[in-house]
Amino acid sequence: MFDQILQFVLTGITVGATYALVALGFAIIFNASDVVNFSQGEFVMIGAMSTIAFSAGEGLPLWLAAVGAVLLAICVGMMLQRFAIAPARGASVVTTIIITIGASIFLRGVALLLWGKDIFGMPHFSGEQPIQIGEATLLPQNLWVMGGAAVLVLGVHYFFNYTTNGKAILACSCNRTAAHLVGINVSMMMLIAYGLSALLGSLAGILVAPITFTSYDAGVMLGLKGFSAAILGGMGNPMGAVAGGLLLGLIESLAAGLISSGYKDAIGFIILLLVLFLRPSGIFGKASTERV
Amino acid sequence: MPSEPLLKIAELTSHYGPIQALHGISLEVNSGELVAIVGANGAGKTTLLLTLSGVQKASGGSISFDGTEITRMASHKIVQSGICHVPEGRQVFAPLEVEDNLKLGAYCFRDDKRRLSEELERIYQLFPILKERRKQPAGTLSGGQQQMLAIGRALLGRPRLLLLDEPSMGLAPLLVEEIFRVVRELNDSGVTVLLVEQNANAALGIADRGYVLETGRVILTANADELLADEAVRKAYLGH
Repeated sequence: MFDQILQFVLTGITVGATYALVALGFAIIFNASDVVNFSQGEFVMIGAMSTIAFSAGEGLPLWLAAVGAVLLAICVGMMLQRFAIAPARGASVVTTIIITIGASIFLRGVALLLWGKDIFGMPHFSGEQPIQIGEATLLPQNLWVMGGAAVLVLGVHYFFNYTTNGKAILACSCNRTAAHLVGINVSMMMLIAYGLSALLGSLAGILVAPITFTSYDAGVMLGLKGFSAAILGGMGNPMGAVAGGLLLGLIESLAAGLISSGYKDAIGFIILLLVLFLRPSGIFGKASTERV
Repeated sequence: MPSEPLLKIAELTSHYGPIQALHGISLEVNSGELVAIVGANGAGKTTLLLTLSGVQKASGGSISFDGTEITRMASHKIVQSGICHVPEGRQVFAPLEVEDNLKLGAYCFRDDKRRLSEELERIYQLFPILKERRKQPAGTLSGGQQQMLAIGRALLGRPRLLLLDEPSMGLAPLLVEEIFRVVRELNDSGVTVLLVEQNANAALGIADRGYVLETGRVILTANADELLADEAVRKAYLGH
């Protein structure tokens, strides 16, 4: 029994790490521009699918294909900001949500036309020899996912807490006029935020693709899970979103193992509903203090 | 030979959608001056300053700063050229620490760390309370402290022209006095100031010259003491 639970926990952390990266992307864009970007999941798909296209189709080495895929996703993210979000500046939250949903349908359509409906696999980065931990096993790729996510999360934390440009992005979100007035190039900061989000999403897709496989519509579920994780942790709180992602992955994995794998996705969304009913600001969301 | 004014605004107009807020404003600020713009609510004072900073778009006319046309320049370029703006209602970055707020004021000079820490120290000397509170979120400061923070933040942008929008708004009389004393001192130390105020008495009290704005037009301009003595101005804006 204990070994089984250990196995579920290890799987849960791996899946949770992917959710965490997607959720982090949601939180960054929400923080910078008050937009809930429902095409976040498509960045994951673009990362995985175009890596496969570049490596299997064009014969590039896997790492080079991955770099190309990440750059492509960053371009898509910035174009999304520049051509879909920026022109709608001042629109209501619902309008921007519809825009991002539209963008995600569009991106999925392009992927379908380019790559078809097949499910693709990606080679594991460093072999498929399982690592034994007690009675549980772990693939080297699981370690890649966990390690990659940890590095990215720490990087993002550093960026927003210790660099001037990171703080400038936060400044844009809390007071755009004042950000203009201290000389911050606000449109540039928005591009950076969307690019960073796309980078996180696409890397999550690339890291996890060898385990989960991928297809043109792989981003839909991951996007929704990432969104649930971001809500769970408190939208607009990047580290809360990461914790939310890990928690969601763990709960799902335990529920699938101990109850029934058929309910795996349902349980994720039941948690989302519960959080929205009981603690709309998320588990780690704190009420802001402000005097005027 | 009279030198070119530091700031020269000619026939400036600006619209909010179909509504015209500025109807051809012309004014000048010479280097080293403290110029006050007074007028009632809705006269276009804030719009004028926002247009100067490039946040609000001009629909006509021209603004030149130090001989360079800046009318359609992006706002961050305008800040880089030396116009720093203390906006109405302070507009601090509420969730960020006081010190981060100040550092963001020096955003254009972010790579010059040594000079930044010297200038931070200077702001802390000017407003010691900010040093005490430097690790607190700016939103937890009182109104007067936030005003000091907003001024400090603008000073870190190394202004050659400081725009101040209603610095006295919502502050207790003692604090108003304190803020105006600091503005006067800054001007004495060489910073050119364009001050917008509803509190015409206090503003004209420290200014060299003044402009009276009404519904988006300059209706009167003179030396500050003449405006203070002007019967019509006293009636309309000074309440006696």
